[in-house]
Amino acid sequence: MKCLALIPLALFAAPLAAQNQDLGEPMQEGQAVETIAEESGLTGSVSFEGNLDDLGIAIPAFATDRDVATPANANGTAALGVELARVITSNLRNNGLFKPTGPDSLPTPAFANITSPNWATWSTRGAEMLVHGYVRARSDNRLTVGCYLYDMALQDRLVAEGWVVAPADWRRAAHKCADLVYARLTGESPFFDSRIAYIAETGPKDNRTKRLAIMDSDGANHRFITTGRSTALTPRYSPDYRQLVYLSYVDGNPRIYVYDIGTGRQTLVTQSDNPTFAPRWSPDGRYILYSMAVGGNTDIYRVSANGGRSERLTDAPGIDIGGSFSPDGSKIVFESDRSGSQQIYVMDADGSNQRRLSFFGGRSATPEWSPRGDQIAFTHIAGDFNVAVMNPSGRGFRKLTRGWQDEAPTWAPNGRIIQFFRTERNSGRTSLWQVDLTGENERKLPTPVDASDPAWGPILP
Amino acid sequence: MNTRIATAAVLSSALALAACQKKAPEELPPPPEDVTATTPTTTTPAGPTVGSMEHFLAAVGQMNTVVYFDTDRYNIDAEDSAKLQRQAQYFSQYPSVTFTIEGHTDERGTREYNLALGERRANAAKNYLVSVGIPASRIRTVSYGKERPVALGSNESAWAQNRRAATVTIN
Repeated sequence: MKCLALIPLALFAAPLAAQNQDLGEPMQEGQAVETIAEESGLTGSVSFEGNLDDLGIAIPAFATDRDVATPANANGTAALGVELARVITSNLRNNGLFKPTGPDSLPTPAFANITSPNWATWSTRGAEMLVHGYVRARSDNRLTVGCYLYDMALQDRLVAEGWVVAPADWRRAAHKCADLVYARLTGESPFFDSRIAYIAETGPKDNRTKRLAIMDSDGANHRFITTGRSTALTPRYSPDYRQLVYLSYVDGNPRIYVYDIGTGRQTLVTQSDNPTFAPRWSPDGRYILYSMAVGGNTDIYRVSANGGRSERLTDAPGIDIGGSFSPDGSKIVFESDRSGSQQIYVMDADGSNQRRLSFFGGRSATPEWSPRGDQIAFTHIAGDFNVAVMNPSGRGFRKLTRGWQDEAPTWAPNGRIIQFFRTERNSGRTSLWQVDLTGENERKLPTPVDASDPAWGPILP
Repeated sequence: MNTRIATAAVLSSALALAACQKKAPEELPPPPEDVTATTPTTTTPAGPTVGSMEHFLAAVGQMNTVVYFDTDRYNIDAEDSAKLQRQAQYFSQYPSVTFTIEGHTDERGTREYNLALGERRANAAKNYLVSVGIPASRIRTVSYGKERPVALGSNESAWAQNRRAATVTIN
């Protein structure tokens, strides 16, 4: 036998240049949004005490002091004011929590009334809440957008805030306003002003094209990162939105790359000929978790986001994969088949104290720790594949979805909405879905083509 | 495991022993006469190039190029080892041929786990071939997880066809 151990051949090492072959042109991302104080901050308490699903919110067009040209809208700032109110309306409506009424069925308030509403105009419309806002073109070409939330019963302002945005970022001002309204009325943290990375899928089931793509949380500003020549899978945004980690077959093998959005360049997460899977960021962006198969045995590794030596965190025979940090970075929840089937385990961030969390019957996979820390979302497999949650001690199991194959949950930045993808039986078609923690509000996220592996970034700076 | 029996079987063949000679394998392109002599399935007179997928298929038979697995399993059963021995004969006979084992899963698994499972299946097939004397340096593995099904339905029969490790020649 020994004589057969011939000289190893370096047959399979792909040239480094191949790494960038699948990438489109880089594009500068938007800038930070400056928050300005409106005349007053928080005032009275909310008078409404019913179910938030039934809370009527009137969102008329945002007023403008002077209808002038702006790069944000071909028809000027008045038309932009209507668009802003439409975006806010659809944000809130799609969230399924309120009953918003948008600018298309409401009168437009005068600029002077934004800070002092004409209550008589709105009291007959059955809305408990009123959103007013304005948009003003600045001399430096940027836009100031103000957002005011009023309680109709109290005839009082609940909250107000304003932002200065570049014309190209006008939708972000609308998302910030929707976030302000949502946060004030629910007591939850905001999430609309955020972005989503996912995999866009086209083509027949046995020859799917899978491209890395990004978009705003409402599907706007959609853009493809890879061309589709190679299969791309499982992206994750870095906490600062500057990078994406994802799996690509660009050199013929499944490997994790760190893609820099500003420069359009990418590097391997680790210099190794072994396949790497399942990348995740640490909450502070300093580390990347990935899984690597050596001789068919997959383990979880941690590497600095700046590169360098990888640290192996698991060494069980079998498949240890995934891994998601707790928000404080002290623990990692992951998936392992060491017991004979996929189950969820937790360990300290250095790999110590590994113990099983999931005892729910069936298999449990793809755990993701909520950014709030109070829940872990995962794929529960018992016949069908469904998104479920448990608390970090492995109790409080709740199944949230009822699809044939729902998998790969990830969290909205506020830890109150979960995103996942659903695969149709037989056709293999995929789509993105969102569900809240009650499991009652489920909706399909519109995407230009089929879609999988959604991953939410944090609230934008 | 029956690897010992399999090892003995392949080692006992003159073909495998040829690989034990001291000369570098690249310098030993087998003469075309050997092809017809040892691979009765080859009937085309002109014949495909040695090491091409066409040649490999003709020599070992389509059904012997793919091994199948049970749900979530990666062990090599008796049927698989018979197929892999047939492959080993070919690769022993043509020691300059390099090849890839592609590991696949059915669609009823989560995406990331299936990538790791496909890699484990490809490695199980590779390890078998190595155990019967094929140098690991000639074998590349790649996992496609559930991303490249051959059977398109969502039923037990389709899933069984997709849980596979397929050997593909590189030359």
